[in-house]
Amino acid sequence: MSDVSTPSSLSTRIAFTDEQAMLADSAAAFCRERSPRDAVRQRMTTDTGYDAGVWQEIGELGWLAVAVPEHLGGSGLSIGHTAVIAEAMGRHLLATPFASTQLFVQATLAAGDAGLQEQWLPQVVDGAAATVALFEDDGDWDLTQLSARGTRQGAQVLLSGAKCGVTDAGSARALWVSVQLDGAPALALVPASALPAGALQRETIVDETRRSWRLALDGVAVPAASVVTGVTALGMLQAVRNAALLLAAAEAAGGIAGALAVIVEYLNTRTTFGRKIGSYQGLKHPSAEILIGLERARSHVAHAATLLVDLAAGEAHPAAVETALRMAKVEAGDSFVFAGDRAVQFHGGFGFTWDCDAQLYLRRALWLQPWFGDAAHHRARLAGALLGPVGA
Amino acid sequence: MPHATDLDAFRQEVAAWLDANRPPTPDFLLPESFMEVGTDEQFHYLRDWQRKCYQAGYLGMAWPKEYGGGGLPQVYQDIATQEMARAKVPFFPNTIGLFWAGPLILAIGTEEQKRRYIPGILSGDDIWCQGFSEPDQGSDLANAQVRAVRDGDEYVVNGSKIWTSLGSHAKYMILLAKTSAEAKRYAGLSFFLIPMQVPGIRPVPIRKLTGEYGFTQTFFDDARVPASCLMGREGDGWAIAMKTLTFERGASGGQAGGLVRMALSVDDVVELARRTRRDGRPAIEDPYVREQLVRFLVEAQGDRLCTERGKIAALCSERPDAIALSNKLRLTEHNRRLYLFALSLMGANGGRWVGDAHAVDGGLWPRSYLNAFASTIGGGPSQIQANIVGERVLGLPKD
Repeated sequence: MSDVSTPSSLSTRIAFTDEQAMLADSAAAFCRERSPRDAVRQRMTTDTGYDAGVWQEIGELGWLAVAVPEHLGGSGLSIGHTAVIAEAMGRHLLATPFASTQLFVQATLAAGDAGLQEQWLPQVVDGAAATVALFEDDGDWDLTQLSARGTRQGAQVLLSGAKCGVTDAGSARALWVSVQLDGAPALALVPASALPAGALQRETIVDETRRSWRLALDGVAVPAASVVTGVTALGMLQAVRNAALLLAAAEAAGGIAGALAVIVEYLNTRTTFGRKIGSYQGLKHPSAEILIGLERARSHVAHAATLLVDLAAGEAHPAAVETALRMAKVEAGDSFVFAGDRAVQFHGGFGFTWDCDAQLYLRRALWLQPWFGDAAHHRARLAGALLGPVGA
Repeated sequence: MPHATDLDAFRQEVAAWLDANRPPTPDFLLPESFMEVGTDEQFHYLRDWQRKCYQAGYLGMAWPKEYGGGGLPQVYQDIATQEMARAKVPFFPNTIGLFWAGPLILAIGTEEQKRRYIPGILSGDDIWCQGFSEPDQGSDLANAQVRAVRDGDEYVVNGSKIWTSLGSHAKYMILLAKTSAEAKRYAGLSFFLIPMQVPGIRPVPIRKLTGEYGFTQTFFDDARVPASCLMGREGDGWAIAMKTLTFERGASGGQAGGLVRMALSVDDVVELARRTRRDGRPAIEDPYVREQLVRFLVEAQGDRLCTERGKIAALCSERPDAIALSNKLRLTEHNRRLYLFALSLMGANGGRWVGDAHAVDGGLWPRSYLNAFASTIGGGPSQIQANIVGERVLGLPKD
C-alpha cells in the first residue's frame, strides 16, 4: 500500500503567472461588460445561444489562441490560461462556444498529426468554433464504451450510429467524433461541411444559456487520414477529459461566485419583519458555507490548472494530475449546485419564478454536474487512487 | 534567501535529530493540545520536550537573537516545524506564549518587555495563559467585566476569567480588563501582561466533558499587580486583543514555530479504516466508508490548497480576507466531523472509552471527538465565525 497517496503526500503546488493575472483582470472586465443579465436572457432565446459579435471580439482578444502553439498561429501560452477565461465566463454567465472549442483544440494537439493541426488550428485562432462529440445515448461517462461505428471502405471511413450532448455543434466548423473502429476507440475529424442536412438535432437541456446537439452519423464519410486510432486515440480522449474537467471546474467556480453575488445583493436589499434578511443567521451562515465552498473550489482549480500545465511540460505524474482534476470537479461541481440551490431558496417566492436570476445559476450547475462525470463518479475513482483497490 | 541545498541539508539534520531524540512513548495518554493538559505528568513530559527542542536550536529560530531566538530566516523554522509534523513528535505546551503572546510582545512590546518575557517563553520556563473569556459574556469579549483599578504604582484586579488553559501551570497571563467604567465599550478596555503568582489570584480547575481537567476558572480577589504590567496605554485593550486574535486565528505570521497539537488528520482515519473490520473485510473496502473518506480527503486537500493560494495575492483579489477569516471555521469543523466519523469505523467497539483494555487506540478517538469542541467553541465558536465570514467577508448586515 505504500504507493497509495495520502493527502499529506499530495502536491499543493500552485503557480500563477503575471500574464494569467492580467488575463484574469481583463477577462473579468470583458465578461461583466458583455454579459449583463438582460443580454444573457436575450441570448437564451436565440438559435446559437451566443452573440456572434462578442465571439468575434473574443477571437480578436486572442483568447482562442492561448492554447495553440506559436507555429500554428497561436500564442503558445497554456491550458492554465483557458481556465482563467472559463472562470470569468462562468461568473457572468457569458455563453460562447469557448469551452467546446478548447476541447477541440486539445484533441487536435493530442492527435499529433501535423497535417490536421495545420489545417484546423489556424482556423480556430481566426475565430472558428469547433467541438467534440463523445457521449452516447446510454449516458455512460466511460468515453471508450462506444456504440457508434466506423467502417473502412477504401480510403474512407464510413460512420454510423449517433452521438449526443455535443455542445455547440450547430456553430462548429469541425468536430472530433469518437467511434468504434476495428474493435477499438477511434476519433474522426468531421468538418461540418461533411454533415448531411438534418444530421444535427438540437437537444432540450436544463441550462438554456447553452446549446447541445444530437449528431446522427449515418451517411457521414471521412478520409481515413482524418481518423486517429490506437494509443493516440486513447490519449486524445484522456486529453479532452482532462481539459473538460478543468474548464468545467473553473466555470463552476466562477458560477459559485456569481450565485453568491446574487445572494449577497438580495440579502442586503430585501427586508422582512423589519430587518434586512441577511441579518438572519439562518441565511447568513449558509452564505458563509457557500463562500467556503467557493474558496476551496478556487484553490482546487488553481492547483489542477498548475498540474495540467506541468503535465504538458513533462513535469507532473499523470495520476497526480488526474487526482487534482477530479478533486477540482468534485468540489466545484457540488459547491455550485449548493450555491444555486440556496440562491433559489433565499429569494423566497421570487426565487420560484422564471424572472429571478438564481435559476440561471442553478440550471447551469445542474448541467455542469454530470458533464464528464458527476461528483459521485469522481469520488468513486478517487477512492481507488487514494485508498487502494478493493479486495487487494 | 538561503540556498536550496543548504535547506535540504538542514531538513536532513532536523529529521536525524528528531529521530535520535524523540521522547519515549509515555505509559499515559498524551493530551492533544495545550487546552487538554490535565495532569502534572502530561505537563512535565511536554515541557521537557519543548526545552530540549529549544536547546537544540529548533524553536524560535526566526525570532531575534538578542531575546533568545535563532535570528535565522523564517524558512528554517518552517522546515523544522514540517519535520516535527512528519516525525509525529509531541507538541509544545507553551502555545499561548509561542504563538500569541510572544509574537504580540515582539510586534508591539517595549524593549524591556521583550528582554524580560521572550527567553522564558521559548525555553518553556515561563508558561503563559490567556485571560480573555469571562463566565457571563460568552463570545462578546468587548463586554469584559473584570476590573483593573489604578492605585498608585499598582492595579487592583477583581472578577473572574474562564477557560484559562494551563491556568494552574502558568507564570504569566495576557489579561483583558476594564479600566474605566464610564468609557464606552471598547475605550474602557486595557491589556495587561500580569504575573499569576500573586496573592488574590486563584486558578480553580474545571472538569471537562471528557472527565479530564485542562482549564481553570481564574478568580481575582483584590489582586495587586505592578502598573508596569499595562501594555500600551489604558484604553488600548481592544485593539491589542484584536491583534492577538489575528495571531490566534493564524491570520498573521511571526509565531515561534513547532506543533500546536497532536494532529490527528484524515490520513490517520484512513489508516484506522485499514485496521478495523466490517462484514469480514477491512472497513476501507466498504463503499460507504470509501465515499465518506474521499469527501474528507477532498476537503482536507482543499484547505491545504487554500493555505497555498492565500500566498498568491492575484488569486485572492476578490476577497483578500476570505481564506484567513474562514480558516478556523473550516479546519475546526472539519476535524470535529472527521473524528465523529472515525468512531463509526470501530464497529461494536465504538462505545469504548479511555481506560478500557480493548478501546481502539486506547480510546484516543472518542476523546478526540469530545475534545474537538474545544476548538469549535474556543476562540469564538463556529457560529460566531460564520457571522464574521458573513459580515466581514461577504458584507452581510449585522444581526
